[in-house]
Amino acid sequence: MDSFQDTVFKLKHYWADRGAVIQEPYDLEVGAGTMAPETFLRVLGPKPYRVAYVQPSRRPADGRYGENPNRLYKHQQLQVILKPSPDDVLEQYLGSLEAIGVDLRKHDIKFEEDNWEAPTLGAWGIGWQVVLDGLEITQFTYFQQCGGMDLDLVPAEITYGLERIVVFLQNVDSIYDIEWAPGFKYADIRLADERQFSVYNFEMADVAMLWQEFDLHEKECRRLLDLFAAKKNGLERFPVLPAYDQALKCSNLFNLLDSRGAISVTERVGVIGRVRKLAVGVADAWARQQAAA
Amino acid sequence: MADFLLEIGVEEIPDWMIEPALADLRGGFAAAFQAFGGSALWTDATPRRLVLQAKDLVPQAPDVESVVQGPYLSAGEKAAEGFARKQNTSVDKLAKAQDAKGERYVFAQLVKGQTALHALSEKLAEIVTDIHFPKTMYWTGKGGVKFIRPIRWIVALLDDQIVPFEIAGVKAGNTTRGHRVLGAKTPLLVGISNYVKVLRDNYVIVSAEERKARIEAGLGPNVQKDEELLKTLVYLTEFPTPIRGSFDPSYLELPAEILSTVMRHHQRYFSVVKGDGSLMPEFVAVTNTDGDPEGLIRQGNERVLRARFNDARFFWEVDQHKKLRERVADLEKVTFQAKLGSYKDKTERVRKLAKEIAEALGADEHTVDKAALLAKTDLTTDMVKEFTELQGVVGGLYAKAQGEGDGVGTAIYDHYQPVSMDGLIPRTLEGQVVSIADKLDTLRECFRVEMIPTGSKDPFALRRAAQGVVKILFEAKLPLALKKYVSDVPLLLPFMQERIEFYLKEARGYAYDEINAVMAAGFSTLQDLAERTEAIHAVRPTDNFEPLAASFKRIKNILKQSQFAGDRPPAPALLAPGPEQELYLAFEKVRASAQATAIYREKLEQIASLRPHVDLFFDKILVNDPDPAIRENRLALLNSLLTEFSTIADFSEIVTQGVGA
Repeated sequence: MDSFQDTVFKLKHYWADRGAVIQEPYDLEVGAGTMAPETFLRVLGPKPYRVAYVQPSRRPADGRYGENPNRLYKHQQLQVILKPSPDDVLEQYLGSLEAIGVDLRKHDIKFEEDNWEAPTLGAWGIGWQVVLDGLEITQFTYFQQCGGMDLDLVPAEITYGLERIVVFLQNVDSIYDIEWAPGFKYADIRLADERQFSVYNFEMADVAMLWQEFDLHEKECRRLLDLFAAKKNGLERFPVLPAYDQALKCSNLFNLLDSRGAISVTERVGVIGRVRKLAVGVADAWARQQAAA
Repeated sequence: MADFLLEIGVEEIPDWMIEPALADLRGGFAAAFQAFGGSALWTDATPRRLVLQAKDLVPQAPDVESVVQGPYLSAGEKAAEGFARKQNTSVDKLAKAQDAKGERYVFAQLVKGQTALHALSEKLAEIVTDIHFPKTMYWTGKGGVKFIRPIRWIVALLDDQIVPFEIAGVKAGNTTRGHRVLGAKTPLLVGISNYVKVLRDNYVIVSAEERKARIEAGLGPNVQKDEELLKTLVYLTEFPTPIRGSFDPSYLELPAEILSTVMRHHQRYFSVVKGDGSLMPEFVAVTNTDGDPEGLIRQGNERVLRARFNDARFFWEVDQHKKLRERVADLEKVTFQAKLGSYKDKTERVRKLAKEIAEALGADEHTVDKAALLAKTDLTTDMVKEFTELQGVVGGLYAKAQGEGDGVGTAIYDHYQPVSMDGLIPRTLEGQVVSIADKLDTLRECFRVEMIPTGSKDPFALRRAAQGVVKILFEAKLPLALKKYVSDVPLLLPFMQERIEFYLKEARGYAYDEINAVMAAGFSTLQDLAERTEAIHAVRPTDNFEPLAASFKRIKNILKQSQFAGDRPPAPALLAPGPEQELYLAFEKVRASAQATAIYREKLEQIASLRPHVDLFFDKILVNDPDPAIRENRLALLNSLLTEFSTIADFSEIVTQGVGA
């Protein structure tokens, strides 16, 4: 039986063998692998790209104090971007399952309609959830728009839910029983994390401070975007990527405020709009920067 | 004669879009290739292929005469030459034809019919890409072809000949693909005659009917019938095989509603039930495989279901830590509608409205108020966040479990009902009151901020809400003065009237003119409206009714033409003896007896009995008497007749056949 980390190694190898750059996780808090610049910005523009990386993804509202065997505040996604999508992308994907030990001949696999949309990123795509013996293991999406722009090349995004897949492979009933590495269970590595962050996110995060942070990061992002808009030449050196970091900070702070129950109905639409404006602004700046290079 | 086969190989198409797509494909094909005859047109599909087959096409369409209209002779020679040049001919080859404006040149020629091969090759791509899908995508790059999912292969054969065309760079050929896992890994060569068999050998059952039969045959005993789920599974699989699994009976302690929802909506499993309809600890999953000899698929599905049930149990337990009553304040953070604030605001409005309605209908006010207060609180529970389709149901179950009383629980449980024209209405008067108040509030508020349905666009399902109110009022026979709640918001009353008319027509089957006649008389309660419509419907076939209705139309016209205004009764002294006086006396008698009964049918029968008197009146009496006093008095008589009965219906709305005015 493969450990959690063995499965991750195998998937990375599989996609490395198919020409993907193996990246490390982005080093900021994100809600999904899609938000890492390796996806959000790389899918824009006409340059082909292939990349795979594990992205720990924080969803404060999904936390369950480590008490629910199937739910996590922070789960691990293995994110693959193939831009443009090859014609045999689904066959390649099925091959990846065989590579981690799923004998497809003995199991039931279905592709069920599931389109993806992230209003805060101005992004959407068409695709499926992949269901293995009744378990949703992967989100598969053909990106159509990102940052409010039609994409030149249509990338395939494959997002493996690692905990779910390994629960299946290791035949255990709780995520916490997964063997992460020989002698170490998932609980040994991550349970404290789940417990403490649930307490913090739901009960203790300082709402006033989070709002202040939100305002500061938003201000910095806007400042950079305004400077970029005014700039005529030397675009390639301009810090668009740092501006995106500021937008990501805002997105995570929004999620925290939300799980803390600090966003009222009347505020909510407005705050989502503020985050979206930043993300779309960065995407636009990035596309222009790429075109100028 | 030639046969034709088309298979569009697509990545998995959403199950619910497949049948409409096939209808489009079939319609598009039939329209485009009419000229080629054909004895049978057959379509079918799996998630990965749309298939069309046509038999006995003629190899070549008949020649057709093409006629192009040219200039009039009067336009001169130059014009004629120009026209001839444009048609690649000379003036002496042009014919002449006469029309209303004079004589003109025409160019007539026999156009050779296209060959089937040529026509197919020319039009197929467009027919396929013209198939309508609710949401499409592009995959070859910006500006590329759009379709439901990427097209990966195309088979197009006219007998044994490939019909050349391409879509999004995919060329039509003679190879298909088998089942993703069970079929051959390489493309499969097919001909028209062996297409179905080659696929069958590669674990693809092309016929949806056959897949359905295969599922039904494999379901096993005691499976709860579910046509919708069955259809979904037919179009989610290429080689369906049902398997049966079980779960720990201890989960049966959870409400059946929750277990069924998990199985059906989230896992697409069939439930297994006892004779009395209660759940057994089993389920049937339909796999896209040829079987599960080692039981691995069963074990996998059982584990997933266990996890889902554990979640549900966990949600149930956690949710009880905070009672529904303690969640009322939390509704502040749940959006009802961006422009309309939170569910807290809505709850306050619904409570007020529900109180008024409860008073009017004599419902238990305490129960209604409690239910209205708690109705939306389940939106804050983990259970409803996970299983949104169980909103209301969960609130009802929790309310009972938390000791809010059965009446309150049932009212909350039912308050989203009815969800369709065939749906059930809330079981109790208190549930009906809360449901009506909730829906009326949604309608009032949305109309207030001008979120009003137009054409097919109704994003807030306001038609359904209005229909729900109407259905409850009719079916529970509630004497509610509906107008009071919808008249103060612009456009809402006519919107409700439309729904009322729709209900009378669709659910009760009354004719539109019967409905118009009754609606034209206005309404107080829908129950009264229902009784009046039924009475008209019942009396209509009797001898006197339609002729009388025609006379009423005549009266209405006469009054209109003479611009009669006023509502004074006729002066008996001015009535001429004979038909006029007789009509008056008969009218007075009918009026008294009609007032003496509360049954509309009897009232109408009384009124209908006036017919001979009215007929005689019109036969013998000239309304337009030279003496203005007499004339006015006759008009007053007719007017009394018309207005006296117009509270039941406006009889002039009844469409009569060839009689009367």
